[in-house]
Amino acid sequence: MSLTYNRKIMDEIREAYRAWGKALDEAFAVRPERLKRFSTVSDQEIKRIYTPQDVANQDFIRDIGFPGQYPFTRGVQPSMYRGRLWTMRMFAGLGSAKDTNRRFHLLVKEGETGLSVAFDMPTLMGYDTFSPRARGECGKCGVAIDTLKDMEDLFEGLPIDKITTSMTINPPAPVIWAMYIAMAEKRGVKREALGGTIQNDMLKEFIAQKTFMCPPKPSLRLITDTVEFGTEQVPKWNTISISGYHIREAGSTAVQELAFTLADGIAYTEAAIERGLDVDRFAPRFSFFFNSHMDFFEEVAKFRAARRMWAKIMKERFKAKNPRSWWMRFHTQTAGCSLTAQQPYNNIVRTALEALAAVLGGTQSLHTNSLDEVLALPSEEAATIALRTQQIIAEESGVANTIDPLGGSFFVEALTDRMEEEAFEIIKKIDDMGGMLAAVEKSYPQKEIADSAYRYQKQIDENEKVVVGVNKYITEETLPVEILEINEALEKYQIEKTEKIKNERDNKKVAECLERLGEACVGSKNVMEPIIDAVKEYATLQEVCDVFRRVFGEYRDPGIY
Amino acid sequence: MQSEVKKVLSGDVRTVARLIRDIDDKVPEVREVLKALYPYTGKAYVIGVTGAPGVGKSTLVDQMVAHLRKEGKTVGVLAVDPTSPFSGGAILGDRIRMQRHSLDDGVFIRSLATRGHFGGLTQSTRSAIDVLDAMGKDYIIVETVGVGQDEVDVVRSAQTTIILVIPGMGDDIQAIKAGILEVGDIFVVNKADREGSDKTVHELKLMLDMSQEKYEEGRWKPPVLKMEAVFDRGVKELLEEIEKHRMYLAEKSGGTSFRKTRERIREELSEMVKNRTIEEVFEKLIQSGEFEKAVNSIRAGETDPYTACEDLVIPKLNLAEEHGRKR
Amino acid sequence: MKDRKLRVMVAKPGLDGHDRGARVIARAFRDAGFEVVYTGLHQTPEEIVQAAIQEDVDMIGLSSLAGAHIYLFRRVVELLREKGIDDIVVCGGGIIPEEDIPKLKKIGIREIFTPGTKLEDIVQWVKENVKPRIEGVKCKVK
Repeated sequence: MSLTYNRKIMDEIREAYRAWGKALDEAFAVRPERLKRFSTVSDQEIKRIYTPQDVANQDFIRDIGFPGQYPFTRGVQPSMYRGRLWTMRMFAGLGSAKDTNRRFHLLVKEGETGLSVAFDMPTLMGYDTFSPRARGECGKCGVAIDTLKDMEDLFEGLPIDKITTSMTINPPAPVIWAMYIAMAEKRGVKREALGGTIQNDMLKEFIAQKTFMCPPKPSLRLITDTVEFGTEQVPKWNTISISGYHIREAGSTAVQELAFTLADGIAYTEAAIERGLDVDRFAPRFSFFFNSHMDFFEEVAKFRAARRMWAKIMKERFKAKNPRSWWMRFHTQTAGCSLTAQQPYNNIVRTALEALAAVLGGTQSLHTNSLDEVLALPSEEAATIALRTQQIIAEESGVANTIDPLGGSFFVEALTDRMEEEAFEIIKKIDDMGGMLAAVEKSYPQKEIADSAYRYQKQIDENEKVVVGVNKYITEETLPVEILEINEALEKYQIEKTEKIKNERDNKKVAECLERLGEACVGSKNVMEPIIDAVKEYATLQEVCDVFRRVFGEYRDPGIY
Repeated sequence: MQSEVKKVLSGDVRTVARLIRDIDDKVPEVREVLKALYPYTGKAYVIGVTGAPGVGKSTLVDQMVAHLRKEGKTVGVLAVDPTSPFSGGAILGDRIRMQRHSLDDGVFIRSLATRGHFGGLTQSTRSAIDVLDAMGKDYIIVETVGVGQDEVDVVRSAQTTIILVIPGMGDDIQAIKAGILEVGDIFVVNKADREGSDKTVHELKLMLDMSQEKYEEGRWKPPVLKMEAVFDRGVKELLEEIEKHRMYLAEKSGGTSFRKTRERIREELSEMVKNRTIEEVFEKLIQSGEFEKAVNSIRAGETDPYTACEDLVIPKLNLAEEHGRKR
Repeated sequence: MKDRKLRVMVAKPGLDGHDRGARVIARAFRDAGFEVVYTGLHQTPEEIVQAAIQEDVDMIGLSSLAGAHIYLFRRVVELLREKGIDDIVVCGGGIIPEEDIPKLKKIGIREIFTPGTKLEDIVQWVKENVKPRIEGVKCKVK
């Protein structure tokens, strides 16, 4: 049954629309339209106005409905922000575990409600600080973690039984998670009580973020091991954060972000089912992670389309029965690539708009970028302002007073429909290629993203798209911004710290644990318990990852441009 | 002896790299160096690897290099990518897949762009091969994109030519130009874990059989191999086939180095003469403006292309008398 | 002899995986008529320098967005110096704070391109500041 308008009313609307169109033509004959083309950041063309005609085929219950009811367009939980605000989860990590621990305490004190860990490049790639490949990189873009001791220092004094922790880690995710679990158990917190997320999404690494270790197939095996382990032993933990954020940062359009992310989700679901796991047991713990970019309504529509699409995929394609399997719960981060180095204080405004879009899109948790992130890691002041941005939206703007306030907007509903349609087309293309794994091996998403990135840059260079401060409203003088610097001495300190631990631990036991892990990798035993055993003996991150490298081989960038 | 020549013979990387650049940029002085190096060429074994974009050439070359290095052989790689016809520029990204060898002194990897014009691939690549040969490399692998004339050019420079395809090219195999089937010495179906690989192998074998009915006893019968280059499966077998082909060629030429056979020298010299002629005549006509003048003349109806052509070329060749031309 | 084509290298040193900028710039260089050797990700300074020598490039462009630029860029310049190479221009781009730019220039990085720089400005800078070698390999017969 169509939305609200019967035949007679639709005719009247059409008449009025035509009349308006005529008036517009007359106005534009005198003074032309403001721009040649009106399009979103992702280059989707936008009409002058949206009316009931654009949503004439929508059925309220079928397409929009209520939060907590299939297809969840308006939100996954019935109460949404009326029950509980989104989690304010600020991504943080710098220097040593102690430095980051300090930052965590600050953020919690200032009101954040969830923890999120950023690791440094060596850790992200599964190397210890002493590795020659890690030279110059210790602590520079996140916290350095070599052993369980670092993990213990990282969470010193923080209530991990009450607060959830998200960890942005991919190839070494099983190891870092094992360290977290081991750290918690040492503090008397049982696995069943632990809540949090590991990003653990390798498909998007091959497409976008590019922290690599092993080739795609073994990577998928490791991920499935963690899903299996989490489903059985750490039931409150989100085992994958299926991410679109990085895909967007690498230059994709909003529709591509949507499609590739969901296609990744489909691949992980298929892999878990193939393992023999019951979809209704693991799917409720799949979570997602999206970007929130500058085009306000495009983002809101994207989030709503995402929820509806995943619900359909879970229910119709995978025949999941548990309603919680149909829920798309997601974390959002405001777009790093939208921030400018020029006039950095403008970035506060950008982040605010992007955060607002995420809230109006119904995100479960949110990270807001700091104004100085185009220059360095966030300073305390900048991170605090970013957190306040969320708090102001929550407490002062009133947008959280009602659920899905933009629902019913002709524009937003039409855009949601359109993005869903276009994204499903891309997913079909990927299905025809044999699924996301095959598409990645054929370099399809990588090429698409490279093309979109290039196109966007050209549009900016040709002033077709405006970035304030960069190609319009340029000022010569700059307001000073205090940049966070990482102490160069940290690298030496970290190497010595880890060296000491290696000397004091039971090296025989470590060797045995690594041997057993190797066997589990070669066979089909789940790797998580052997890893937990190894890290409890203070095996280092690289020592464990080297086992993966040895058994599964290493993956190198094929360099798609 | 010239110091540069000495440096090349001793394997100095920087000198070799700069020389190849000069060859590419057509620096006239380069000919003297190439003349001096020629006596030292003919030792290296040249392998051509060609195929459509995306079939896995660079990955295969990377694995071949790894295997050859394990056997203690030194390798030079020339990776050729097409120059953009619009901008004249090129992105040379083949070495990315071979980067693990970049710190190995026994391997020299060089990316070349086709540069589009007259004898681009053939002449520069040939001379670059000579340089790598004189440098002392045991094997030289030339990787080119199999589009158009280029594949056939590779063959002329290489002793063994490998044609790489992937499954799923299906009916496209039919469309593969007949020329390729004749020039390939070994055919490889890569990404053999994909659906349709057996079918592709079968189709290739059929097509090869059909086009080779004329094969007499003792002629080389190109094998069709399956491979998963990225997992290093099938590479060893490929190298074994290359060895077989190498021995076949050695027998056929009675021990003379392939590159010094009459056939090969004739072929190489004719390419060179053609290219040089074009350089000396055609390009000079363009530079001097005579060519453009002739275009304008034809346009203005003052002459026709046939006459204009004679007027341009014959004087340059001092053939006026033979042609008994009246001006 | 025709004008030499400019050969430039676009390199990603270190573990940083952000290659959007590097790939976009590689395309822009190609469209400007240069021959671009793109190294791909995760290159050590040694690998970059060795590739630069084999490819006889006129310029190395280093891209870094994970904060390790001081160490990595310096290492590349040091290695070039150790090998006695003084005619390759080294420049860089990425997430590099203003205050690090003088430090990098002192080390020997000719120019740093920060986020927001137009592609055509970078191309223009290269055309004006990077020239291919004029002389060929010397080969006078003694």
